[in-house]
Amino acid sequence: MTDIAVTPRSDGRIAALLRHSRYIVGENPVTGFAFALFVLIVLAAMFGPHIVPYDPLASDTAQALKPPNAHHWFGTDQLGRDVFSRVIVATRLDFFIAVASVVLVFLMGGLAGVAAGFFGGWTDRIVGRVADTIMAFPLFVLAMGIVAALGNTVQNIIIATAIVNFPLYARIARAEANIRREAGFVEAARLSGNADWRILVFQILPNVFPILVVQMSLTMGYAILNAAGLSFIGLGVRPPTPEWGIMVAEGATFMVSGEWWNAFFPGAALMVAVFCFNLLGDGLRDMVDPRRRT
Amino acid sequence: MLTLIIKRAAMAIPSLIGVVIVTFLLTRALPGDPAVYFAGPAATPQAIEEVRVKLGLDKPLIAQFGHYVVDLAHGNLGTSLTTGQPVVTELRTRLPASAELTLLGLLVSIVIAVPLGILAATRPNSLVDHACRVVATLGVSLPVFFTGLILVYVFYYQLGWAPAPLGRLDVFFTAPPQVTGFYLIDSLIARDPDTFMAALKQLILPALTLGIFSLAPIARMTRASMLAVLSSDFVRTARASGLSAYTVIITYAFRNAMLPVITTLGMVFSFLLGANVLVEKVFAWPGIGSYAVEALLASDFAPVQGFVLTMAVMYVALNLVIDLLYGLIDPRVRLEA
Repeated sequence: MTDIAVTPRSDGRIAALLRHSRYIVGENPVTGFAFALFVLIVLAAMFGPHIVPYDPLASDTAQALKPPNAHHWFGTDQLGRDVFSRVIVATRLDFFIAVASVVLVFLMGGLAGVAAGFFGGWTDRIVGRVADTIMAFPLFVLAMGIVAALGNTVQNIIIATAIVNFPLYARIARAEANIRREAGFVEAARLSGNADWRILVFQILPNVFPILVVQMSLTMGYAILNAAGLSFIGLGVRPPTPEWGIMVAEGATFMVSGEWWNAFFPGAALMVAVFCFNLLGDGLRDMVDPRRRT
Repeated sequence: MLTLIIKRAAMAIPSLIGVVIVTFLLTRALPGDPAVYFAGPAATPQAIEEVRVKLGLDKPLIAQFGHYVVDLAHGNLGTSLTTGQPVVTELRTRLPASAELTLLGLLVSIVIAVPLGILAATRPNSLVDHACRVVATLGVSLPVFFTGLILVYVFYYQLGWAPAPLGRLDVFFTAPPQVTGFYLIDSLIARDPDTFMAALKQLILPALTLGIFSLAPIARMTRASMLAVLSSDFVRTARASGLSAYTVIITYAFRNAMLPVITTLGMVFSFLLGANVLVEKVFAWPGIGSYAVEALLASDFAPVQGFVLTMAVMYVALNLVIDLLYGLIDPRVRLEA
């Protein structure tokens, strides 16, 4: 593994990174598989509404509750809507919620944590206290409370998911910033007359960034589960909007009477997405920090 | 030991204060006027004004907070709009249902995950080890409500082994006289094996769902910490002294490997209490989670607030218990205190 670290930089960082990525994928085909899956999810999120065979909202009562067949690959729901089209179209919303909440918590938690680790003192104490208080709640329960308080919208689901992940990001960013506080390059920057905020933005942040990016892909899976769980209990997304959590909730009533496809396919899509994000996160971690490989 | 208990209990106080502040702030974060919210959708302006004075919303924020804390100290969590019942009463009657389910779920996952982790650690790269890894990865990827529905489909609809997923007890049975509120224990106290079996049948699927969900972190941690302990010197010495494999693994290694596993339980409880809400919805379980969900959809905020507070207080208490357990198992922690 040491030969990766000493890869010559002569042909540029991007080429080296590409080669390193290829090495990782070659070494661990599971990461390659996860990446392929990820590309598929992104494509479905981007082009989903244009490639599906049916309108996800159009009902056709003559075709209601048909099991999977040649015309409707995933069957039809109680209103005769095509489950396959709905599952594919839902990718965009679920993916968007997960990405938006992860980016939001990256900004909130990452910046607060870096500031706490770098400045110490009161900043550190306040950020630490906020993180501890959030950690004192069971996370999903807190998310429920936040959505209830802020209002029942998709936007608030994103905010709630970001808030419950805050302690994780703040702690990692704090630890990483703290160990670099006295590092040589920071001292050098300070001696050359840089202000604190300049050191924070140009010296500390770029170093903490890759670690937080890995954390983002690791929390994507949790974010999507959390959001789907909230919409499963009826928060945020409203019918007839296609979204995996709410589709499972709508299909749940038919599970006891044997119409399994209504809840199964959106649930399976959710599972595959979470599985993909978790594998990808592990792979990315290997790429950024080979020492933590398990 | 007593000083340890007092010290740890004191450490939980800042968390509790934080929890009370957050639940208070959640009510104030309501978009629009909290008085309108609490008075309900059909209230007249006069009624809203009455609610405002009654809740003390016309006073400054600090005074409102004092009001809230005094109410809490008197065990008053407000009144539900939809049922007209005090929130405390409803939470108290429903809490045993949730607690029974959560604890049984935890028991299921420990009973499966700990032996699995130990087996995986004692036979690295064997079939058991790979199975452990697959289970750990799948476990964190499965949405808990989805697992529950699949189990219902397979065991209720296809095989017919489980009863309909509709609550704690089949309609043909009456609840055993209440002692603990746990149907399994109460029916045993009442010497009523039929009710016990009926309650158990209703519990198996939801408990299994929760168990599968929380299995992954426990199995993973057991495996990792057993691997670390098994390669340590004292285990080698024990082996060299000719002790049986069972004594070495269970008495020597496992007791030491348990510590990180117990620490993980804190995180597992956070997941379990959250997942509980979803599982209760799938199985129409009359616990506090489904109570909160119903209230949430009806925009009835007092029960939600009470529920969030109850869950958080329970979680803080559970973490306290975990800390104390830690001291009980590891004498070194006791010495530090």
